[in-house]
Amino acid sequence: MATQHSRSAARLMMAPAVTLLLGWMLVPLVMTLFFSFRTYLPLRPEVAQTWVGFDNYVRFVTSSSFWPAVVATLIIVGGVLLITLILGVILALLLDQPMWGQGAVRVLVIAPFFVMPTVSALLWKNMFMDPVNGFFAHILRALGLAPIEFLSQHSLTSIIVIVSWEWLPFATLILLTAIQSLDQEQLEAAEMDGASWPSRFIYIILPHLSRAMTVVLLIQTIFLLGIFAEIFVTTQGSFGSKTLTYLIYQRVLESQNVGLGSAGGVYAIILANIVAMFLMRIVGKNLDA
Amino acid sequence: MARAVTTRRKAINTAIAWAVGLLIFFPILWIFLMSFKSEGDAIKAPLDMLSAPWTLESYGVVQERSDYFKHFSNSVLLSFGSTLLGLIIAVPAAWAMAFVPSKRTKDVLMWMLSTKMLPAVGVLYPIYLLFISLGILDSQLGLIVVLMLINLPIIIWMLYTYFKEIPGEILEAARMDGASLRDEVLYVLTPMAIPGMASTVLLNVILAWNEAFWTLKLTAANAAPLTAFIASYSSPEGLFYAKLSAASVMAIAPILIMGWFSQKQLVRGLTFGAVK
Amino acid sequence: MGQISLSNVAKRFGEVEVIPPLDLQINDGEFVVFVGPSGCGKSTLLRLIAGLEDVSSGEIVIDGTNATEMPPAKRRLAMVFQSYALYPHMSVRNNIAFPLRMAKLDKAEQDRRVSDAARVLNLTDYLDRRPGQLSGGQRQRVAIGRAIVREPAAFLFDEPLSNLDAALRVGMRLEISELHKRLKTTMIYVTHDQVEAMTMADKIVVLRAGVIEQVGSPLELYRTPRNLFVAGFIGSPKMNFLKGDEAKKHGADTIGIRPEHIVLSQEKGDWKGTVGVSEHLGSDTFFHVNSDLFDEPVTVRADGEVDLHYGAEIYLSPNTAHLHKFDAKGLRIS
Repeated sequence: MATQHSRSAARLMMAPAVTLLLGWMLVPLVMTLFFSFRTYLPLRPEVAQTWVGFDNYVRFVTSSSFWPAVVATLIIVGGVLLITLILGVILALLLDQPMWGQGAVRVLVIAPFFVMPTVSALLWKNMFMDPVNGFFAHILRALGLAPIEFLSQHSLTSIIVIVSWEWLPFATLILLTAIQSLDQEQLEAAEMDGASWPSRFIYIILPHLSRAMTVVLLIQTIFLLGIFAEIFVTTQGSFGSKTLTYLIYQRVLESQNVGLGSAGGVYAIILANIVAMFLMRIVGKNLDA
Repeated sequence: MARAVTTRRKAINTAIAWAVGLLIFFPILWIFLMSFKSEGDAIKAPLDMLSAPWTLESYGVVQERSDYFKHFSNSVLLSFGSTLLGLIIAVPAAWAMAFVPSKRTKDVLMWMLSTKMLPAVGVLYPIYLLFISLGILDSQLGLIVVLMLINLPIIIWMLYTYFKEIPGEILEAARMDGASLRDEVLYVLTPMAIPGMASTVLLNVILAWNEAFWTLKLTAANAAPLTAFIASYSSPEGLFYAKLSAASVMAIAPILIMGWFSQKQLVRGLTFGAVK
Repeated sequence: MGQISLSNVAKRFGEVEVIPPLDLQINDGEFVVFVGPSGCGKSTLLRLIAGLEDVSSGEIVIDGTNATEMPPAKRRLAMVFQSYALYPHMSVRNNIAFPLRMAKLDKAEQDRRVSDAARVLNLTDYLDRRPGQLSGGQRQRVAIGRAIVREPAAFLFDEPLSNLDAALRVGMRLEISELHKRLKTTMIYVTHDQVEAMTMADKIVVLRAGVIEQVGSPLELYRTPRNLFVAGFIGSPKMNFLKGDEAKKHGADTIGIRPEHIVLSQEKGDWKGTVGVSEHLGSDTFFHVNSDLFDEPVTVRADGEVDLHYGAEIYLSPNTAHLHKFDAKGLRIS
C-alpha cells in the first residue's frame, strides 16, 4: 500500500513512541526482577544486599498475610464483577427502552465513573458509611436501629459497594452501546417466529452481548486487581481488606522490604498478563475485522 | 425501525429509569447539597441538613486554603501536560500505523496496549528509585512523564482508530498534489482528525485527572494534584463534611462536565475498539 | 507533453507477483483506457505510474526523464480518485487551489487558474461550498478541477465514474471526453466497464491478472480480439462461444459470434432452437435462444419491434464474415 519512502518515514515516526514505551516497560521490569532475587532493605543499610534466589518468592507466598490477601482480592474482584455485570445488563436494557429524557438519565448514570477514586472513597466513607454522622447511620437511627460500622465490621462488602458504584457506569455504558448495535430486525424476526420476551433475551440479546460482557469482564479485572486508592483512603488495608496490590505496596513502601515486595510484584505482573492475554485475543480479532 | 410505544409504557419506563438514574447519582448530588451547608448543619440528620440555611461558607474556606488552588493547578498541569505531550508523540505513530501499515503493525499495537496492563504496583519501587536518582520525585515534570506513558497506548490507539476512518485516497491525493509529508499531516490529516483528536484529549485528560496511584505515591507537598489533596482528608475528620464536600465538588466538577461530553468516545477508548 | 513509457515494469507484494514484467508505450495526447475485471491489476498499474507504489523492477520514463524513483508530486501527473478524495474541510475553491498552494504559486495566479477551471467545469457558483454540500457529479467535477489547474503532463483517472448513478455516468463520460478533446493532454483512465473503455478510448489496454492481453483501438479489439478473454470482455452483450462439432466445422476449437452478427429467422437457418428469456430494450431486443447444439443459451440481437413468445421455435444463422475462430489455447486463428 505504500512506497519505500513512506515506509521509512513511518518507521521514523513510530520510533519515539516505541522507544519510550519499551523503556517504560523494560527498565522497571528488569529492576523489579533483579530486586526480587535479592535481600534489599533500604532502611537497614547494615543488612547487606545479597542474592537469595527464590527466597523472596517463597517467603511472599508463605507469609501469613498472603492467603488472606488472595482471598480478599478474589472476593473484591469477583463481587464487583458480578454486581456490575448483572446490574449493568439490567440497566443497559432499561436505558435502551423508549423514554423521555434518555440523554439526561444517561448522564446521571455515567457520572460516578468520572469521580476521582479518592473522592468517591472519601464520600462513601464519611458521608454515607460513617457510623455516627453518615447518611446510613442517620437513616438506621431514624428507623430505631443501631448504626452499623460498615468499614470495620463489613469492610469487604463496603469496599465492594464503593468500587461497584464506580464501575457500574462503565459496564452499563459499554453494554448499552452493544445493545444499541443489535439489529432490531433480528428481534422482530424472532418475534415473528413466536419467541417470547424471555427467549428473545436468552437466545438473541444475551449472545449478542456476550462479547461486550467479556470485554467488560477482562478490562475491569485488570483495573480491579490494581485498585489502590479506595483501600488506601478507607481502611488502609485493615479489617481483612488487604488485597495483593495493597500487600505489595505495604511491603515495598511501608516496611521497605523491596526484595520481598518485588517478588510480590512479579506475581502481580504474571497474574495481570494472564488476564491481559485473553483480552488481547478479543481486541486482536477485532483488528482484523 | 423503532416501534411506536404506548404513552403509558413510555411513562413507566421514564419513571423507572429516572428513579434508578437518580439513585446512582445520589451520592454526588448529596455532597453537592452538603457543600452549601455550614459544618454544624452538614452532620445533621438528612432532613435537618436539607432544611438548614444555604451558605457558600465552605467554598470560601476551601478557597482560602491556598493549597487547594495549588493542587488544582497541579491537576490541570498534570492532566493537560501529560495529554498534550502524549499527543505530540502519538500523532506521528498513529499516522504511521494507520496509513503505512505493515505486517507487524497489529503486533506493535497489541504490544503497546499490553504495556497498559502492567500492574503499577509491580514496578512501584523501581520507578520510585529512578525518580529519586533523577531528582524528580514530587516534581510536576516527573508525573507528567509517568502519566503520559501510562496513557500513551490509549492515545495512540484512539488516534489510530480515528485515522483509520480517514480514506487513504485523500492523503494520496495530497501527495499527488505536491504536498510534502509535513504538509500532508498539517493541512490535510490534522484538520480532518480534529474531532477525533478532541475526544482523545478529553478522555485522556479525564483519565490523568483521576489517576490515583502514581499521583499519590510519587508526590508530596510540591507536585500533589487534587487526588492527593482529597486523600489527605482520609483521617477521621467528621467535623469537616461541608469543606470536604466543597473541595470534592470543585475537584470533580470540571471533569464531570468534560466526561458527559465524551461518553461515546469513552466506550471506544476504554475498550480499545473491541466494542463499537 | 505527456509521453509515458513503461519498460519491464513489474510489481510484487512480497511473494505475490501482481504484475509480471510488462512494456507499454503511451503517446502524447492519447486517451488510454486500462480495462479488465476487478483484481486484474489495472489500478495497481495506474498507481505505479502515479508513484503511489514503488515498482519492484523496471523503468518508468515520463517525457524522456526517468521517473522510476521520483515521488508522486514530482512526476507532473494529476490524479482523479474513485472516491474523488476531496478535502472535506476545505471549500471547493481551496480544494482546487490546493496543488497550486503546495507549488507556492502567487495568490493572483492561483485565483486566475481556479476561476478558469471553475468556469470550464461549471463550478463558479459553488466555489465557496464544502464538498459535503455538493452532489456526486459536482464533486467529480471538483476533483477534475483540482487536477486540471496543475496543467499536468498527464491525467490519471482511477474508476472515476463508479460512484455515480447510471444517468450521471453517461453525462460525465461525455464531459471527460470533451475535456480531452479540448486540452489534448494525455489521459490514462482505469475502469472495469468495457462500455466506458469503448466509448472514450483512443487506445484500450486489456488486462488480466496483471498481464496485458491486448492493446489497440476500440474497433481493433472489437473486430480482431487476440484471444478468448478479450473477445468475451469487449462488446455488449457478450460474444457467444460455441465448442464441439459446430466449432470443428470451421476448423477451430471454439468459435465466437457476437449477438449482432446472427440472423434470426422463423423459417430456416443453420441452427434450430427455442426462444428463452427475451429482453426488450426498445431499440433492440435480445433473445436468449436454447438448443441442443449449444452448451449455454446463445444471445441474439434483433430489431426492437420483433416480438417472440417464450418457447417459440426459431432458426439462427451466423454471419460467417464475422465469425471468430480460436484454437485450443484460446488464441485467435486468422
